[in-house]
Amino acid sequence: MSEREEIASDDGAKKPTPPSGPGFGPPGLHGTGVKAKDFKGSFKRLAGRLRPELWKICLIVTLAITSVVLTVAAPKILAQATDLIFEGAISSQLPAGATKEQAIAALKAEGQDQLASMLSSMELHPGQGVDMGAVGDVLLFVLGLYLAGALFTWLQAYLMAGVVQRVVYGLRREVDLKLARLPLQYFDGHARGDTLSRLTNDIDNIQQTLQQTLTQIITAVLTLVGVLAMMFWISPLLAVISLITVPLSVVVTMLIAKRSQKQFAVQWKATGSLSGHVEEMFTGHNIVKVFGRQKEAIARFDEENDQLFRASFKAQFISGIIMPSMMFIGNLNYAAIAVLGGLRVASGTMSLGHVQAFIQYSRQFTQPITQTASVANVLQSALASSERVFELLDEAEETPDAAEPVVLTKISGRLSLKDVSFRYAPDTPLIEDLDLEVSPGQTVAIVGPTGAGKTTLVNLLMRFYEIDGGSIFIDEVDTRNMTRADLRRLFGMVLQDAWLFGGTIRENIAYGKDGATEEEIQAAAEAAHVDHFVRTLAEGYDTRLDDDSAHVSQGERQLLTIARAFLVDPQILILDEATSSVDTRTEVLIQKAMSRLLRGRTSFVIAHRLSTIRDADVILVMNEGSIIEKGTHEELLAARGFYYDLYNSQFAEALAEAS
Amino acid sequence: MMRLLAVLVRDYRKALVLVVLLALAQTFANLYLPDLNAKIINDGVAKGDTGYILRMGGFMLLVTVLLVAVSVMLAYWGSKVAMSFGRDLRSDLFRKVESFSQNEVNQFGAPSLITRSTNDVQQVQMMVAIGLTMMIVAPLMGFGGIVMAVRQDVPLSALLVVIIPVMGVVLGLIIVRAVPLFRSMQVKLDRINQVTREVLTGMRVIRAFARGEYEEQRFDEANLDLTDTGLRVARLFALMFPALFGIFNLSTVAIMYFGAFRVDSGEMPIGNLTAFLAYVMQILMSVMMATMMLAMVPRASASGDRIQQVLEVTPSIGDPATPLRLVATDGARRGRIEFKGVEFGYPGAENPVLCDISFTVAPGRTTAIVGSTGSGKSTLISLIPRFYDVTGGSIEIDGHDIRAVNRDDLWSQIGFVPQKAFLFTGTIASNLRFGSQAASDADLWHALSIAQAKEFVADMSDGLEAPVKQGGSNLSGGQRQRLAIARALVKRPDIYVFDDSFSALDFKTDSMLRAALKSEVSGAAVIIVAQRVSSIMQADQIVVLDQGTVSGIGTHRELLEACETYREIVYSQLSAEEVA
Repeated sequence: MSEREEIASDDGAKKPTPPSGPGFGPPGLHGTGVKAKDFKGSFKRLAGRLRPELWKICLIVTLAITSVVLTVAAPKILAQATDLIFEGAISSQLPAGATKEQAIAALKAEGQDQLASMLSSMELHPGQGVDMGAVGDVLLFVLGLYLAGALFTWLQAYLMAGVVQRVVYGLRREVDLKLARLPLQYFDGHARGDTLSRLTNDIDNIQQTLQQTLTQIITAVLTLVGVLAMMFWISPLLAVISLITVPLSVVVTMLIAKRSQKQFAVQWKATGSLSGHVEEMFTGHNIVKVFGRQKEAIARFDEENDQLFRASFKAQFISGIIMPSMMFIGNLNYAAIAVLGGLRVASGTMSLGHVQAFIQYSRQFTQPITQTASVANVLQSALASSERVFELLDEAEETPDAAEPVVLTKISGRLSLKDVSFRYAPDTPLIEDLDLEVSPGQTVAIVGPTGAGKTTLVNLLMRFYEIDGGSIFIDEVDTRNMTRADLRRLFGMVLQDAWLFGGTIRENIAYGKDGATEEEIQAAAEAAHVDHFVRTLAEGYDTRLDDDSAHVSQGERQLLTIARAFLVDPQILILDEATSSVDTRTEVLIQKAMSRLLRGRTSFVIAHRLSTIRDADVILVMNEGSIIEKGTHEELLAARGFYYDLYNSQFAEALAEAS
Repeated sequence: MMRLLAVLVRDYRKALVLVVLLALAQTFANLYLPDLNAKIINDGVAKGDTGYILRMGGFMLLVTVLLVAVSVMLAYWGSKVAMSFGRDLRSDLFRKVESFSQNEVNQFGAPSLITRSTNDVQQVQMMVAIGLTMMIVAPLMGFGGIVMAVRQDVPLSALLVVIIPVMGVVLGLIIVRAVPLFRSMQVKLDRINQVTREVLTGMRVIRAFARGEYEEQRFDEANLDLTDTGLRVARLFALMFPALFGIFNLSTVAIMYFGAFRVDSGEMPIGNLTAFLAYVMQILMSVMMATMMLAMVPRASASGDRIQQVLEVTPSIGDPATPLRLVATDGARRGRIEFKGVEFGYPGAENPVLCDISFTVAPGRTTAIVGSTGSGKSTLISLIPRFYDVTGGSIEIDGHDIRAVNRDDLWSQIGFVPQKAFLFTGTIASNLRFGSQAASDADLWHALSIAQAKEFVADMSDGLEAPVKQGGSNLSGGQRQRLAIARALVKRPDIYVFDDSFSALDFKTDSMLRAALKSEVSGAAVIIVAQRVSSIMQADQIVVLDQGTVSGIGTHRELLEACETYREIVYSQLSAEEVA
């Protein structure tokens, strides 16, 4: 485990995301308050990604407009039905045979002036009942409107789903392809969790927002305009009243929502803080106990728990009064319209159906306004997400491969480094003017204390990082004149961090070679001393290696990576000897397999074991990132330098003890 | 889940009664408004009585004000009860887990315990909050709405027999289809996550084997799969709203049509038709709400069960009723540990992990434990601080069975350095002071210098106050390990236990550390578990474990001659000449 510090920590990826679930915020307001830095730029860029779907989007917008028009028109037409019924009801109470004028005159004579003036504006046929035929016609028409409206709403949402999914699929794919083109430097310098989250959480966020908001905005705005127009058409007076109460409800809602958002942010923070504490205390359970810190752990938990309680209570309460207060203002409006409308119907200046329709409209009026407000919030968070995705897409890529690359198929394995210099950070020189000649079949050992930068050389050989000066030749060909893929194919690599992917054992061994035959795979496994083990598994080579499979130990995983290297049969090998966390018997196997693998190949070994060091043809001693000594075992011992100390610290005791 | 709800009812009975009363009041007020509107139309408008219209209007206003007051109170108490309940649950869980021994922790696994005390509680708490504010109201509204609708006109109410089931069936069908889709969506999302994570962790290998294209294909498969499922989910949702609103609107049309006949026949006043419409809308809204809520229940209920499982466990290790004190008899040196025929097996396992292990660790001496993976080394030393209890035999410290003393007392004697150096969020100093709050800065620096950590800590810009991120993720494995060693040293205990604590160090640091350690802890009993032979060759006593039994005890030289297992281990690591 000595080389861990040189590889960017993976801990970021394992950090649990704060708990989330339905209802963790007011519905539709699941933005976490993160705002885009460049709102306009990100918006334009995100919108640009929708361009290929332009025609579809036009169609969707047309459908949305149609469905809004239909839905907005319906109540006004439904009002006719109400009026017909009302008139019928009134008419049937009037004496049959009389005309409307006679009936009104009769009422006036009785002193019922109010009623008379109401009736005067109605179409009455005294003595007759409701004109059911007319009512049926109107209702049938309304039915048609509603059905068509529903159909169009469904169609546009259906099409939208396709558009959004295609756009998001493309975005995901593009990010994945981008990852392949980024230099390793990027991955070493960025937490994996962060990159992972851009590809998953952020893109998810974008997807949900696109799905929800795009048509929502159109529908909301159109509904708003349509409803307002209808309201003014029916009764300017009542419309003005609604225009006072409705925006009031919007303002109140927004004020409360703002406060509740703040509280949700506080709650979010408190949750994160509590989860962090719980996570630490549970994973460090034994440490907390053995250091006698349980009381403190519980005390701190209680404190954090109480904070979370207070924050979530406030958040829940405040968001809980949004609905009642909206309903309150809605009901105020309802009462006002019921009374004023009633009075106007009574005075004959408005029909009952219109009051009915008006109530329906005023209820439809609030929703789009609050929707638009919440959409703005969601959009903010989605833009922040897309900004993070675009940021990743804009990262500098690896320099392109040579235009006319040299292709080496069979090589001798001769390697030479000439005046190579390299630095990770521009102002801290690491490797300066390194010269190294490696003949075919030679072994180069790289040794040094923890954190000495032993993987740097590997990074340069395989062009994970580009050298700043000098050149590296393989069989006299400058490695920069080959494509990276071709260059890397010449190498075999076994790292101590045995990387296997979630596939079968067969797929993992065959990883480096397309179309490897069953015999080849088994031969490689046998050479790596892992064939026997694989056959003890219930599913043999078909065993799936999903996340941290329990039945395959670290050592066995290591053997599988060795088998993988055997199968590729490379001319140059890079081995990172892994010794810790492997039991002794497996270690013997690994050692045997590794030395077999080394036979006849040029190799670079990051050495932990002394036998490797001593037998190496060249030993590179590294400390604090740079190569400080170079030579054979005997030469370096004779020089009595850093290597001499290092070697003695390991073995002086052993020798003293034994002699 | 039901058990948890019983606790909720027990602990918050009064508040719950209040919530129910408030919900009832809210429902009444809500249902009363359309009735008033009907009165305005029937007795005011239709009769041209303006005074009546105004009076009823004023009454509507009053009801509205009452309604908002009741609703706010309901929101207040509903949230209060739900969030208090969540707080209690978290607290119970945390205390419960703190009382667990390693056995119970293993039973669930730490990550699962964490999710249970955070996300699962969150789920249940949310469910209760929604339940108290909406779920109680929905059936009340539904039922009240039906009663009120029937009061408006009985024959017209026959329509409800059609409308409500249709709504229920449509919603039910959508939910039945949506739930498995959501589940499958989660699986696909996990898959994308897994593939991406693999690509990110294996970037070097992928590039070394030039397998970019293959990985691309793997990702694309997962991506297509996810897109496909996502599309199906989105399309289902596209259907949901038009379907629901369609039912609403169709109901309106149907009621108008049949209502017209009733009004025409003079059996129903027209105001009742308006009110009837309002009630049907309320009924449908409550059916919709209830169905949506019901869809949430299984998830919250699963969370509740997961919480209940933890709360039901009785920890297998506790303190004795009348504890002995761990004080040395007659001033003898403290820290003598005796393993007497120790046997240990995991609960339910067929074979014990450790069998008949006896040896003594004397104060001032170093005892090393070696053996291959799975030989039981780590298990053996985790018995000393009672992370597990022996299942046979006993462990005694200074003559006392460790099960006869309080665990706090026992733990105060032990400096433990775990295999995985676990650090806590805070600073270097706060981590080092974990075992001894009173330690001075000089003490800390001293411990750091022994642990070979002085240099890198001094190099940090904030020195002792340098921040440590969660899990020590801003430090390297070797640095974390050295800090964990320093942490144990600051405590100055009588017994040191190092569980393979040098594995992340290179040979040089390892040997320097051991040399410094030797003089520092000279009076204490030291137990070291190690993989590397070079780390333990000089121990006063080496215990060789093989498959849970002792296969040899002695010094390096003695064991080389007498113990086959030991020789095997040694030869696997050193060449012959280095050994002899």
